[in-house]
Amino acid sequence: MVETTHIPTAGTVDPAEVERFSRIADEWWDPAGKFAPLHRLNPVRIGYIRDRVAAHWGRDALNGEPLKDLSLLDIGCGGGLMSEPMARLGATVTGVDASERNVGTASVHATGQDLAIDYRQGTAEALAESGAQFDVVLALEIVEHVADVDLFLRSCGRLVKPGGLLFLSTLNRTAKAWALAIVGAEYVLGWLPRGTHDWKKFLKPSEVARGLRAGGIEPQEIVGVVYAPLSRKWSLNKNDLDVNYMLYGTAAGAPMR
Amino acid sequence: MDRRPSDRSPFDLAIVGAGLNGSLLALAAGESGLSSALIDRVPLFAMTEQGFDGRTTAIAYTSQRLFAALGLWDELAPNAEPIRDIRISDAGHDGRASPLFLHFDHREASDDPETAAPMGWIVENRFLRSAILRRLAACPKVELVSPDEVVDSDRGPVRAGLVLKSGRRIATRLIASAEGRFGATREEAGIGARSWSYDQIAIVLVAHHAEPHRGVAQEKFLPGGPFAILPMTDGPGGEHRSSIVWTERTAIARRLLELDEPAFQAEFARRFGDHLGPVAPAGTRWSYPLRLVHAERYIDTRLVLVGDAAHGIHPIAGQGYNLGVRDIAALVEVMADAKRLGLDVGGADTLERYAQWRRADNLSMVAATDLLNRLFSNDIRPLRLVRDAGLAAVNRVPALRKFFVRHAMGLIGDLPKLIRGERP
Repeated sequence: MVETTHIPTAGTVDPAEVERFSRIADEWWDPAGKFAPLHRLNPVRIGYIRDRVAAHWGRDALNGEPLKDLSLLDIGCGGGLMSEPMARLGATVTGVDASERNVGTASVHATGQDLAIDYRQGTAEALAESGAQFDVVLALEIVEHVADVDLFLRSCGRLVKPGGLLFLSTLNRTAKAWALAIVGAEYVLGWLPRGTHDWKKFLKPSEVARGLRAGGIEPQEIVGVVYAPLSRKWSLNKNDLDVNYMLYGTAAGAPMR
Repeated sequence: MDRRPSDRSPFDLAIVGAGLNGSLLALAAGESGLSSALIDRVPLFAMTEQGFDGRTTAIAYTSQRLFAALGLWDELAPNAEPIRDIRISDAGHDGRASPLFLHFDHREASDDPETAAPMGWIVENRFLRSAILRRLAACPKVELVSPDEVVDSDRGPVRAGLVLKSGRRIATRLIASAEGRFGATREEAGIGARSWSYDQIAIVLVAHHAEPHRGVAQEKFLPGGPFAILPMTDGPGGEHRSSIVWTERTAIARRLLELDEPAFQAEFARRFGDHLGPVAPAGTRWSYPLRLVHAERYIDTRLVLVGDAAHGIHPIAGQGYNLGVRDIAALVEVMADAKRLGLDVGGADTLERYAQWRRADNLSMVAATDLLNRLFSNDIRPLRLVRDAGLAAVNRVPALRKFFVRHAMGLIGDLPKLIRGERP
């Protein structure tokens, strides 16, 4: 595989963003810590990915290892909150993150969990440049943090094998998202450190879809990910894309196996 | 603790204590695809080799659904006596046959009286134990580790380990303490408990009586504490039997337990009454000092408390084991859900979901049984008038009656799938 431990000076990584997450990397695995929102969000995201992958490759989502023998890339893997469950579900997981500290945190944790995950410091476009391809590519809560959205989305597309799937989740650029994700989550509830998100970098679903198509990915479904404050639970809602949303698309070609 | 290469991949669950809670947890977990090691210092099958020891368990309707979902009920049903009616009465210090105040019929919980399920069942513990163990022995997901015991443990952020007396080391994602209310694990983990003595002893025994009980459970509130008569299956010789939970003030109970057989029988018959003809205690007199123990937390890093290890309650409502069964159903469901999502089955997120789910349900039962006992275990005249008025009021209001019956059956609250009779 290609050497990806070198952080390119030009590319989609915004150095200010990398520095911000590195400072809090140690807290990734504390479910009551700074990443509590991601821990709470995780079951909904994993269930969605698992079910769509199982359906795409004709597998049983609820028994055994529904992702067995599929290669999966987790872009912006952070502390490994998504990479580890994907590995337990059977996938052969590669996690990339621009932050060396995140990759270190994730590697140490995965070893303790007896999970073999290939974590690398690097970027989506460097990996795409190398020609690496995966059955499933995840770009979750990451596109709103990159410097060059179009380049990033094109790189994501190139990383998916023909017939494979790409999953992406992010925040919509709406007034409601500004009120909830920035004012609410960062300032009122204190769920996220202030400055985590920049509303101007949020993307409308149509903008993401256009960017993905340019990279050869055909969007199949977009769902809203909605938080119910009373039950404190996240759920999927096809009719409410106003704040958090998730989509998946296919790369042209027949799925392998 | 060092990790030796001989360690196999960690179990999902290491269960300490193979009583009725621990063994049922291992089976429910195994049937849901979770691996476990079940550890007990007593050789497991020795527990079932003895004959009937006089101890029985009340199985609420919802617990029965879990047994059915796990495929255990067919074996238990012939040895389970259904409770069709519950009669509750308030008797004074003279123990006289008391006026009937409250009468629950199992048909009240259902909209269709014809198909109504019993409110619960009484089963001898040995039948429960052997049915569960027989299934465990054939369950590939469960490893029975007995006789052996835990001498050291280590719980870390990513896994837990146990060192056993035999020298064996067990790696696991989660340790479950099912050791009962006197288990050491809770205190060793630094988890405190709300705990107080009721200054009562429960005398448990079996009574033989001339007339059949017709599925009626009776609870007589005597000044020293409740006297419960629970219908059992007929004995091997066709004798009509009931299981007795006889609560008395500690000092009086101690004197009773020391009485010779004729004197004990006279005291017993006076409280039992003559509604089932001549009656006599049979077999062993068991005694249990009553104490409430409610753990301040049910979870810690890679540790979970289930059953009486989390909450030992007053037996006044016959709900002790049923709360444990609900703990088991909830724990297995949160772990199975986590496993299907590739999440850490013993991780903090998973355990937090269990703790939140069980806390409110257990707390309400702890409080209700405690309140009932305080309200009834006395002979204070104004309190008697109030509680009798309360019983009479409940008796006259159908909606309240239905609520109480459904509560006794365990049908109230957000029920885990196994408790709804489904597989998680």
